[in-house]
Amino acid sequence: MTPLDLLSALLVGAGVLFFLAGTLGLIRFPDPLSRLHAIAKADNFGLSLVVLGLACQADAWHEAAKLLLIWIVSLMSAVVGTHLILQVSLRMGREPDTDGRGE
Amino acid sequence: MTTVLTLAALVLLLNGGVAVWRMLTARSGVEHVLPLLLLGTNASAILLLLAEIMDEPAARDVALIFAGLAALSSLAFTHRLWWRLPRREE
Repeated sequence: MTPLDLLSALLVGAGVLFFLAGTLGLIRFPDPLSRLHAIAKADNFGLSLVVLGLACQADAWHEAAKLLLIWIVSLMSAVVGTHLILQVSLRMGREPDTDGRGE
Repeated sequence: MTTVLTLAALVLLLNGGVAVWRMLTARSGVEHVLPLLLLGTNASAILLLLAEIMDEPAARDVALIFAGLAALSSLAFTHRLWWRLPRREE
């Protein structure tokens, strides 16, 4: 295994760990708004690490550019989607859970 | 290398399964939509790994579509409610 392969495997493994951490946050956080945090931030960072690891393995520069494009689109969709869901949730009257003790 | 990527794709698939379970056992309205974002990101990651494992560059385009679909699905959920709910006073 070349050093580049090892770096790629490490980055992909770290990305998968962040995905698992995000899903754990989805299950264990008390409030839907904090669950939104977990999904939007941890999962997208995991995707960033996976994209970075796969970009090390790319054969040509345009493949790496396409991976970068996928990453940017995923970040922007997370930003937009998070804001929309948050605004609707707050307008429906759901107050944020400030002491973390659940409903 | 392929073994590591296949293992990562399998773990991410289990991740997606947990998200689907969470979507089925959701109680309130917003909790139905949260796993959609997760599934979009998850599906993109799995497809990117599969594109590398199977040497199939077309799977990267599908991953791009899934990443955009996550935004569209949350937009579809909130669009109808956005204009009907009263605006919050800051």
